[in-house]
Amino acid sequence: MDKYKIVDHRFDAIVVGAGGAGLRATFGMASAGMSVGCITKVFPTRSHTVAAQGGINAALGNVVEDDWRSHFFDTVKGSDWLGDQDAIQYMTQQAIPAVIELENAGLPFSRTEEGKIYQRPFGGQYLADHKTIAHRTCAAADRTGHAMLHTLYQECLRHKANFFVEYVALDLLQGADGEVNGVMAYCLEDGSIHRFSAKAVVLATGGYGRAYQSTTNAHICTGDGQAMAARIGVPLQDMEMVQFHPTGIYPAGCLITEGARGEGGYLTNGDGERFMERYAPTAKDLASRDVVSRAETLEILEGRGCGPNKDHCMLHLEHLGADVLAEKLPGISETAMIFAGVDVTREPIPVLPTVHYNMGGIPTNFHGEVINHQNGEDKVVPGLFAIGECACVSVHGANRLGANSLLDIIVFGRAAALRLEQTLPDLKEPKLDPQASASAMERFDRVRTAKGNRKVAEIRAGMQSTMQNRCAVFRTAETLEAGVREMREVAALMPDLGISDHGMIFNTDLVEALELDNLLGVALATMDSANAREESRGAHARDDFPERDDDKWMKHSLAWVDNQVEGEVRLDYRPVKSAPLNDEVESVPPMKRVY
Amino acid sequence: MSTNKVVFEIYRYDPESDQPPSYDEFDVDLDNCGPMVLDGLLKIKDEQDGTLTLRRSCREGVCGSCAMNIGGTNTLACTQDIKSVARNGRLKITPLPHQEVVKDLVPDLTHFYAQYESIQPWMKSDTPPAEGRERLQSKEDREALDGHYECILCACCSTSCPSYWWNSDRFLGPAILLAAHRWIVDSRDEGEGDRLDQLEDPFRLYRCHTIMNCTSACPKGLNPAKAIADIKKRLVMRQL
Repeated sequence: MDKYKIVDHRFDAIVVGAGGAGLRATFGMASAGMSVGCITKVFPTRSHTVAAQGGINAALGNVVEDDWRSHFFDTVKGSDWLGDQDAIQYMTQQAIPAVIELENAGLPFSRTEEGKIYQRPFGGQYLADHKTIAHRTCAAADRTGHAMLHTLYQECLRHKANFFVEYVALDLLQGADGEVNGVMAYCLEDGSIHRFSAKAVVLATGGYGRAYQSTTNAHICTGDGQAMAARIGVPLQDMEMVQFHPTGIYPAGCLITEGARGEGGYLTNGDGERFMERYAPTAKDLASRDVVSRAETLEILEGRGCGPNKDHCMLHLEHLGADVLAEKLPGISETAMIFAGVDVTREPIPVLPTVHYNMGGIPTNFHGEVINHQNGEDKVVPGLFAIGECACVSVHGANRLGANSLLDIIVFGRAAALRLEQTLPDLKEPKLDPQASASAMERFDRVRTAKGNRKVAEIRAGMQSTMQNRCAVFRTAETLEAGVREMREVAALMPDLGISDHGMIFNTDLVEALELDNLLGVALATMDSANAREESRGAHARDDFPERDDDKWMKHSLAWVDNQVEGEVRLDYRPVKSAPLNDEVESVPPMKRVY
Repeated sequence: MSTNKVVFEIYRYDPESDQPPSYDEFDVDLDNCGPMVLDGLLKIKDEQDGTLTLRRSCREGVCGSCAMNIGGTNTLACTQDIKSVARNGRLKITPLPHQEVVKDLVPDLTHFYAQYESIQPWMKSDTPPAEGRERLQSKEDREALDGHYECILCACCSTSCPSYWWNSDRFLGPAILLAAHRWIVDSRDEGEGDRLDQLEDPFRLYRCHTIMNCTSACPKGLNPAKAIADIKKRLVMRQL
């Protein structure tokens, strides 16, 4: 591809993505004296971490006495025993210093009367008796993600980290032995092409909620890292585990934090009944997200929805009083007014389960190193890391607990930086393989010059409605088999793609096409993994297989997207790690999951 | 076409063509479109003109990407509803004023971000926190950060400020001064003296003439003008 002039860069490590995970990894490495470049398709504070509201879990015990072991237990139970217990121990134990570090860096946490970090209750979290609701979620009002993202960016500035802002990562580069040694990127501002060579690449690109029609996710959540990994033959793990948040605003889809229920909010159906009492007698509205989303969906399916079309539920906050709302939930009060025209001090908010989070992603160990699985064995992909929502460590298993995602991103962002500090000397010097960048540029050029008959928006809408209708809260063989077929029909349209902007500078038509190409692969992996898993576990609820089947299915799904346009996806499985890291905590054996 | 339509009149500039900037008009049928200006712009991009270029991310008013001038006012396209801002069925949209334009509705904010970095927006403290614990902060002290930390760096305020239009090379502008004030009033931060020293400058701070456009423009309802007034007051008070 001689038509593109390539600008070369050389770093010890490259981080792709500047959300919470990417920024934490970036300043971790910068402060350790490594040369690190962070490339990001949006200015860092535009990343989707900014939209997280409720908080970050850590057993600080600032409100009631707490223990990280209880946090560990709740996370394993929340994962419906699909989480790896070594990684969950690492995360819940590291949670405490991780949150303290953020506070010390200036994160404006809300405070208790004693001046400590304020902690609120969140779904599915209890004290050591497994009955008393815990106050474990550290919050900055209901703007915790925003406050965290800005704090992390500020730390990066303090450490003089190198940023490449509005650079769209195109593809990973590999050396002769399959080691990852760089990434190609497209600079929006001036249309130039860049080749970043490094001993390691850390993917921190977030989730892929935009594969669905209705999502709380930002427009930028398009599975770029997952797709780049898949294109070099890395499998995607547990992709069927898609979290629906119980309280997306109807119909706009904007998020209303679980913290709203943590502060005492509750849901009602069309009869004005507090229906969660029937589904989760103990936890009620603070049951785990999968449980609440299923309950809402059942109420609607059984004709007890709200509104003229009986197609949503109501979230009540008006009883909390204007003071509590102003102090603890100011952000969602504003969002409810803007997007639903609701004054939360007087009226309930119309809500609906809405696609929110991907538990699945690129398989890694708890150091953030990417794992491939060949002939029944786990193998680290040299030079490749994945952290945050694009990764599947797996700490969330089949269902993530609220406020464990902000935790995940900083704990594993830090872990990847620490690991690289140790292993960098052992990693290979990157050797430029012109062929590797040539194939990345061929894909780029093919999309940029695409002159077919189908617009990005048309193919994207087909994918989104297929995912929304065939792979939602409740699934059956019938819907999933139709979904598997329809996703292939949609993916097969890509050779007929046409874009109308063929320029180089800030070509967002091109970027949306590249993002669509990324989404199609991860959507295929999601649908196929869901179709294969014949049980109900966490977010994956099958009407035709309503029970969890630990004998057959307590294992991680792996999906290799071998050929996206042809719809070739290969599935395999790897065992769940049931043993914790060490004897500081006991393994939690599978049991019935009730709230 | 339905009668419920609005004509979007949008500033266009393609840096790769030799054409000067111009305005394009697009009809948007509100019966088939989400309520917000961003919904209208994305509908145009999806259905009528894929070359239309803008920034967008969260679509719920927290990321600050889609700041632009809509019907004469700087605000976020994602939280501004079309109906209340369209006049006689028309709506004019331009990039944030007085910034170089990269393409269409995309301004170059490089200088704005560099100014943000210049005020050293991070915690400065010589007193180490207690080992393994958070720094304590009373609820009242924490309250001082309200109205500051919510800033989304959208630049609506700075690019609505006439002083910033004329002197943005040296005047920091309201967004950046609000960010500086956020650290000055943080009870945990010990850098107030340094921070005030850096701001005490005829241009960096004192180009603010209390025009208050910043406060009217802020889509998050913050009040940068008040923060700037407090910085000026602190500079006076420390002379006494």
